[in-house]
Amino acid sequence: MSALLSTGRSDRGTSARSGRGPGRRGGPGRRRRLTDEAAGWSFAGPSTLLVLGFSLLPMGWALRLSLTDSDLVTEGQGVGLDNYRALADDPVFWRSIRNTLELTGLYIPISLLLGLGIALLLNKPIRGIGFYRACFLVPFVASAAAEGLLMAFVFDKDFGVVNGLITRAGLPAQGFLDDPSQAMFVITGIFIWTQFGFNVVIYLAALQEIPAEVLEAAAIDGAGPWRTFRHIVVPSVRPISLFLAVWGLIDCLQFFDLLMTSTKGGPVNSTITIVYYVWQLAFEYFTAGYGAAVAYALFAGSLVAIVIGLVFGRRKGFLL
Amino acid sequence: MTTAPAPPASAPPAPARRRRPSARHLVLLPLSLLMVVPFVYMLGASVMTRAQLNRFPPPLVPPGMDLTGYRELLSDSEFPRWFLNSVLVAGAIVTSQVVLCSMAGYAFARLRFSGRRTALVLVIATTLIPFQLTVIPTFLIFHRLHLINTLGALIAPQLASALGVYLMTSFFQNFPRELEEAARIDGCSRWGVFFRVVLPVARPALVALAVITFIYAWNDLFWPLVAISSSENYTVQAGLTTFQGQHRADWPQIMAGTVLTTVPVLIVFLVGQRRFVQALAGAVKG
Repeated sequence: MSALLSTGRSDRGTSARSGRGPGRRGGPGRRRRLTDEAAGWSFAGPSTLLVLGFSLLPMGWALRLSLTDSDLVTEGQGVGLDNYRALADDPVFWRSIRNTLELTGLYIPISLLLGLGIALLLNKPIRGIGFYRACFLVPFVASAAAEGLLMAFVFDKDFGVVNGLITRAGLPAQGFLDDPSQAMFVITGIFIWTQFGFNVVIYLAALQEIPAEVLEAAAIDGAGPWRTFRHIVVPSVRPISLFLAVWGLIDCLQFFDLLMTSTKGGPVNSTITIVYYVWQLAFEYFTAGYGAAVAYALFAGSLVAIVIGLVFGRRKGFLL
Repeated sequence: MTTAPAPPASAPPAPARRRRPSARHLVLLPLSLLMVVPFVYMLGASVMTRAQLNRFPPPLVPPGMDLTGYRELLSDSEFPRWFLNSVLVAGAIVTSQVVLCSMAGYAFARLRFSGRRTALVLVIATTLIPFQLTVIPTFLIFHRLHLINTLGALIAPQLASALGVYLMTSFFQNFPRELEEAARIDGCSRWGVFFRVVLPVARPALVALAVITFIYAWNDLFWPLVAISSSENYTVQAGLTTFQGQHRADWPQIMAGTVLTTVPVLIVFLVGQRRFVQALAGAVKG
């Protein structure tokens, strides 16, 4: 991303130069500059307006809304910071935070390790790489709504196929998504299954960037697989690991679709996440003002988490 | 399905080079199959009868071929309508994004105009704004415009996207300049250059953008669930949520629904796999 932006700057430098000097194809510079402006904005304007309009405008509106008791349809009265104060005493809010943290804490390390491990296995001229890559990406590409229904079926405690296999093996049947103490772990496992193919593809691209000479030199120096991994592979993919960790964090914070078709946050809020709670507050309970406050609290928290993650992760080299 | 079998015992040449890959296959093959087994089971369950699926332990492979689930889904539910809605919505979004995002990407990468850098940075920065923050006001905007519960409300917010603009901008930065310059000298207008010279050459990138956009648009659940209030205007994904709970015992029909919802996106993915993977990997390296 930084490469993209810096290229932009250098391009502008050259344009300023050619604008001031005599134009290569002649013509008065001023008029050419005006038509350039018009052409540029007529190409870039529609997308820019749409993207900014559907993000900045609602973002400001949400802030205003979070200071009211709006019921979604009417404006509501201004209530100052009452919505934010109410968060402190809202057990469901804290439960949704705890669940989201549990999800993130399990998802990021496991999906990064699995992603890198499988990418390493695929990172040799290997027959059938297209087949393998497709297999790992299928759950990523299929919709979370369908996957939620499928998994609710597979993990059903009474007639699901997983309990069928478990009991055939002579073990006791489990509650899975119906058991408040298990549901969040089962959901996390399903989420990892659906998402980590993305990490495989991204890691694979990063591994293929490592120059072959570096690996050959290491081999000549007598480095075994573990030392090569530790001292060459891990440092080379560190920026990608950081990116995937931040990406995974965003995915976890927005975790919703799978819940909607599997547990709907239950049983007894054991799988409710922050986004699911925001959705419930605004569109089921019609407390849009409070919902907006929860969303803003989440946004502020996640920005802080991302900044800390970026600074800390880069400095300490913690992430893979 | 080109998976290497174990090296035959009677093949002496180059054993060191052949043994390592095959050891990888021993790990990769079971793992990769594990990823798709649930979908295979989904397909199997969709052709089982209700009685077979309500038995415990459930059968692992379908004892026969029973299409009742599909028949009921297509005749008794609103699924065909939802499917048509999904096709219309995803089709409109893909068309619009391919046109608008490639125009913007071309401008940001190639044309000179004031505010260009600021606009691009702002567009990319919007990816940090979570959707749950904007969803309530976005609902209110469409409510005021009396567009809630229309397909237009599903299409409008996705007409262009930051990811699309970003992908196309990085693509056009590595795009050869000579072609455009030649066309300009020949007296072609900016729009002429773009539509007649640039876009045809940019086809691989456009396909990549179309595949990514289709997958996201087809799979979206959150916004259709919010913006649509009557089930006849649902997309397939939103329709699936009505299955959970209501038809709880009707698993053959539900599995038929998930199969038909998954098939289009799998076809697009498998056909465009190479471009999809390149675009994902390229977006990160950018």
